[in-house]
Amino acid sequence: MIMAKSILSLVLNGRRRADAVADNVLLIDYLREICGLTGTKMGCDGGECGACTVLVDDRPRLSCISLAHQVAGRRIETIEGAVSNGRMSRLQRGFHEKLGSQCGYCTPGQIMAAEGLLRTNPNPDDDQIREGLSGNICRCTGYVKIIESVRYAVEAPSP
Amino acid sequence: MEFMPEFRTARPTTVAEAVAIRAAEPGSRFLAGGTDLIPNIRRGIVAPPTVIDLAGIAEMRAIESLDGGLRIGAAVTLAELANHERVRTAYVGLKQAAGGIAASTHRQVGTVGGNLCLDTRCVFYNQSEWWRRANDYCLKSKGDVCYVAPKGSHCFAAFSGDLAPAFMVLGAEVEIASKSGVRIVPLTEIYQDDGIDYLLLKPDEMIAAVRVPAPSDGFRTGYAKSHVRSAIDFPLAGVAVGLRREDEAITDLRVALTGTNSMPLAVEGTEGLTGGPPNEAMLQGLDALIAKQIQPMNSTFSPPGYRRRVVAKLTRSLILNLYRDG
Repeated sequence: MIMAKSILSLVLNGRRRADAVADNVLLIDYLREICGLTGTKMGCDGGECGACTVLVDDRPRLSCISLAHQVAGRRIETIEGAVSNGRMSRLQRGFHEKLGSQCGYCTPGQIMAAEGLLRTNPNPDDDQIREGLSGNICRCTGYVKIIESVRYAVEAPSP
Repeated sequence: MEFMPEFRTARPTTVAEAVAIRAAEPGSRFLAGGTDLIPNIRRGIVAPPTVIDLAGIAEMRAIESLDGGLRIGAAVTLAELANHERVRTAYVGLKQAAGGIAASTHRQVGTVGGNLCLDTRCVFYNQSEWWRRANDYCLKSKGDVCYVAPKGSHCFAAFSGDLAPAFMVLGAEVEIASKSGVRIVPLTEIYQDDGIDYLLLKPDEMIAAVRVPAPSDGFRTGYAKSHVRSAIDFPLAGVAVGLRREDEAITDLRVALTGTNSMPLAVEGTEGLTGGPPNEAMLQGLDALIAKQIQPMNSTFSPPGYRRRVVAKLTRSLILNLYRDG
């Protein structure tokens, strides 16, 4: 069977784009293979680790268990969109300053999940940060540094 | 590219259209949030030729008032349910169940209907294609033997959805849509204790909504579960309790369980335990009822004996807490 492709149009990191995409393509494969945005990582392969988290209309979503066509017409943001005008986002600065990233593999997912949290709750307490990041596994840090990184971003003055 | 079998996606915009496609295309599957179905497709456990994406059906995404209770569309997300004002205040057990499923990211896409229809789970089933092939597959998918009970011809995969027991103690009903219209049945009647055919829905039927009756005076609900990790994980066992206290007596008691059988289990016979306070004799009576009706098997990494003990413990503490607060 040759898979029929249909046009998928969406807004990716602020830019509208349209691609011919087969129905069975995962969102993570669309991002990494078709769009060339390899910042989004594949971890567990089944929605259990959060490394593949991206934002869809400001909400975190696991791109390895989403079909690309499920987010048709929506606003998608990946870690590549976090930087603006060559400056790191406050969360990226937080992970840098507070050493929230060690091997780094989970970091894009952690930052996107935290970004989603801060957009619905700009001033979370530590329990709310833990809850917002509860779907993201890190095997290096023990999470203390990640919580501190998000806290740094929360307390940072707006750019 | 990651491995994905080939399939076509249909995108209906009404419930009627969705069930018509389901009836016309054997083996097709409904897709809502995808947190259960897509990992199973990726593992080669299911290979539907057509996936019916329900995201475009607006009528399935609303929570409405109905006769003093609620009508909850099957495509309402778990996060929307847990954060709904009426649910948080009037249906506490339901809020606790919905708010504790997986992790916050999953709850923002996972749906009510998806959790009610959650595929049963087993250590011999929820594995990669390569793992299962190396073990000659299992009874639930492509194989001949159930490794949990090799002498029998029955599948013992466990039902692990959190919402079903919480809805059951509320006396919820489901609206089941098909080509011939909508039928409304108690939620307890759509399940049977079979790991393969755990849902009593016909091939062209779909849960369109759940109806929860108006909260009755003094009836309180709670939900508690045991799990290895406090996020992302499925429950080893979950307990929903609903009770009414009048003076010192419990006058209504309902208990429903998940994780213990191949279906969510509404415990039978609890009415015989009402009329007095939750003293040791009453709680032992309840322990005996539960012990007789549950059948945890070696389908998870935790042994059945542990799950038996944890169910009894969770049920007791929920009842005592609800009694004290009531």
